[in-house]
Amino acid sequence: MLDVLVVGSGAAGLRAGLSAKNSVSSVLIASKQFPTRSQTCMAQGGINAALSHSGEDSVEQHFKDTIKAGNDLANEDAVKKLTSNAKEAIEYLESIGVCFSRDENSKIAQRKLGGAYASRACYAQDFTGLKILHTLYDECNKQNIEFKNDYFLLDLLVENNRCFGAIFLDKKTGKVEEIKAKSVILATGGYSKIYGKYSTNSSSATGDALAIAYSNGAKLSDMEFVQFHPTALKNSSILISESARGSGGYLVNSKGERFTDELAPRDIVSRAIDDEIKKGEDIFLDIRHLGEEFIDEELPQERKLAKLYEKIDPVSELIPIKPSAHYTMGGLEVDENSMSSIEALFGVGECANHKVHGANRLGGNSLLELIVFGKEVGENACSFAKNSNLFDAQNVKENILQTIKTYTNEVDFYKEKEALAELFYKNVGISRDESSLNVVLLEISKMKENLPFMGVKDKSEVYNTNLIEFLEFMNILKLSELIVSSALKRKESRGAHFRSDYLSRDDINFQTHSIASLKGNSLNVEFKK
Amino acid sequence: MIIKIRRDSETLEEFEVLLEDNTLLEVLEHIKSTKDATLSYDHSCRSGVCGSCAVRVNSKEELACEYKLKDGDIVEPLKNIKIIRDLVVDNDDAQRFNQKSNAWLESYIKTDVSKEDEKQNELQSDCILCTSCYSACPVYEVNKEFLGPFALTRVWKYVADKREDDIKQKIELIQNNGIWDCTLCGECTIACPQGISPKDDIMMLRSKSGVKGYMDPNFSTMSFGGFDPNGGF
Ligand SMILES: Cc1cc2nc3c(=O)[nH]c(=O)nc-3n(C[C@H](O)[C@H](O)[C@H](O)COP(=O)(O)OP(=O)(O)OC[C@H]3O[C@@H](n4cnc5c(N)ncnc54)[C@H](O)[C@@H]3O)c2cc1C
Ligand code: SF4
Ligand code: SF4
Repeated sequence: MLDVLVVGSGAAGLRAGLSAKNSVSSVLIASKQFPTRSQTCMAQGGINAALSHSGEDSVEQHFKDTIKAGNDLANEDAVKKLTSNAKEAIEYLESIGVCFSRDENSKIAQRKLGGAYASRACYAQDFTGLKILHTLYDECNKQNIEFKNDYFLLDLLVENNRCFGAIFLDKKTGKVEEIKAKSVILATGGYSKIYGKYSTNSSSATGDALAIAYSNGAKLSDMEFVQFHPTALKNSSILISESARGSGGYLVNSKGERFTDELAPRDIVSRAIDDEIKKGEDIFLDIRHLGEEFIDEELPQERKLAKLYEKIDPVSELIPIKPSAHYTMGGLEVDENSMSSIEALFGVGECANHKVHGANRLGGNSLLELIVFGKEVGENACSFAKNSNLFDAQNVKENILQTIKTYTNEVDFYKEKEALAELFYKNVGISRDESSLNVVLLEISKMKENLPFMGVKDKSEVYNTNLIEFLEFMNILKLSELIVSSALKRKESRGAHFRSDYLSRDDINFQTHSIASLKGNSLNVEFKK
Repeated sequence: MIIKIRRDSETLEEFEVLLEDNTLLEVLEHIKSTKDATLSYDHSCRSGVCGSCAVRVNSKEELACEYKLKDGDIVEPLKNIKIIRDLVVDNDDAQRFNQKSNAWLESYIKTDVSKEDEKQNELQSDCILCTSCYSACPVYEVNKEFLGPFALTRVWKYVADKREDDIKQKIELIQNNGIWDCTLCGECTIACPQGISPKDDIMMLRSKSGVKGYMDPNFSTMSFGGFDPNGGF
């Protein structure tokens, strides 16, 4: 039996695996994608750390900015951990060879992102996530870490609220495989892809493991908090990094007027844009004044993508944008050791809720979270494995793949998936209210009833992406109910959760975390005491 | 618009689509969700950084998410690699060369890195491991033990890094089935979507090897007959 099984190979999973490998014998990282394909590679803006060399910043300031942006919903101890370990995290990345951009004094270069008091984000041109992820992958090769790629998580092995492994579908062969382990770490990323084409995320951000953990009895928290990034390309929802505004880019409407403070936190900027769009304005990002040389040096990806998807050149033209679902603050409810409400099941990265982002994440804090908490969860999972008695149960479960085979295939799930995304963007987006949320709940229950009439057309065992996409849709559908129900219960506006029927913040009733879990066979949402 | 997709080694399958000015990935997604759910391809970020969707269009390597489709285009999976299904290929073979050639930072020295130092391997660290360069490489085509372009680019990335204190083993590991087997044809450079030139990196590794006392074995066997590059140095 393995000591530690890590599910997911983004930066959180790789960092966790490396840290676990440091202290135990057997570690395996299993993931539905090849490691360097994970969404982490898309992060452009940077990774936050108050390094002393700029002089103007401090850990305390980083702490304050994070708490403030999170609308006082973040946990102070967790944020302290995050911000005070930031320097060490960057030193670690430097020591394995991440190619950061440098400044005139031969130090790691830093730039300003929204909501930050100082230039705090360490970056590598606009390939920050790519370079961090690839360097971690190289380090995993150096440490001889074993990978299972193209392994899709189907279920967890849980008995008496104790996790002892997971079940995967090997995409390449179509075989189902059980992997047993003393501790299991979920590092499977977020669920923004519920918003489909209205999301900046990679196609794999479907929250699979969260839906699976929930079905096995785990608690999920703060699911209603979804961050909308103000500047995604209008047609494709591809992200234009915050560093474009951080470097002095303007937001303008159709009349060419600026209408908001471009450097305010994301929730505020997104809402300002949403208001303008509702007035009938088109919104643009203007970076022409930054000059071609600067754009090519600092924002080369953005220029390429704007040309490809919007057919405009940002050096001489305005970039059409819209806010899009970008980051999910909610996730697996974990304690200070990163363990979920299921024993031996840990969580890290975007899929877990360490409560460092509160109601609104600060740009650059997510990559940091992956590294800081990745290291820690690896250590914790190891010490748990070392001290745990061998636990091996015979877990006979109905295999979801068998069930799907009985589905009749009369209803096209791709259309349903699109419909759900449209509905979410409209009704569970930047602004929500009771009646529009209830409409979505109704649609979700219809879709759930309809599931047996959907199904997969492709019957192949080998690399069946039709099947994978259907499984992802089922997971999305399961989570969508949790998101809407949590959003309904939070009768206030706070950070990314904006209720047009409850405009103000209500600290007496809601300065706490929502917890969604299964009670018997149905969903229960309550607020943490 | 007609697009032809190679779904097995024998036949090209034709699809008619009514889309204009779209990326190949958008067209593939359209076909899968409306015409043929069995069509298989890989994708993830749709913005050219994850390296999942490399294919060949009219015999040239392209990222499906960055290629604008034209009428009559022929789309095929990458070459020199095991095909799993349709356009999906198995990267594992090529990826093992990163491990085989110690493509990592062996021994870190803490040092300031200037803007100039940074430029030594900035481009090499842009690699997205899309495997296009292996598809294009004529040497890898005939010698599956050839370390190949991206692995050698990665080795150069670390060798050129000011923070790397120990390049000895890396240089040794690339002598056989490595830098000297490359014909410097430059096909990898043409194929790379990130503008990286593995060929140039291989030339840099050759000169670094020269400084370390290694010689081109082809050259030495030719002129001196069985000269041992390691002997006598
Ligand atoms: C465009 C973009 C730009 C961003 N820029 C920044 C930035 O500048 N700074 C910042 O701090 N943050 C940024 N973020 C956020 C940040 O990148 C992500 O939050 C972070 O990368 C998540 O990392 P992760 O390791 O938790 O998960 P991911 O990198 O998403 O990896 C998830 C892993 O889980 C695996 N997985 C998922 N489901 C399954 C399953 N069913 N079975 C098996 N494996 C599974 C996947 O294969 C993958 O390996 C950005 C996000 C986006 C989308
Ligand atoms: S230059 Fe060398 S590595 Fe590149 S394609 Fe030609 S033979 Fe292969
Ligand atoms: S060197 Fe270029 S072509 Fe080769 S894997 Fe890297 S990005 Fe792809």
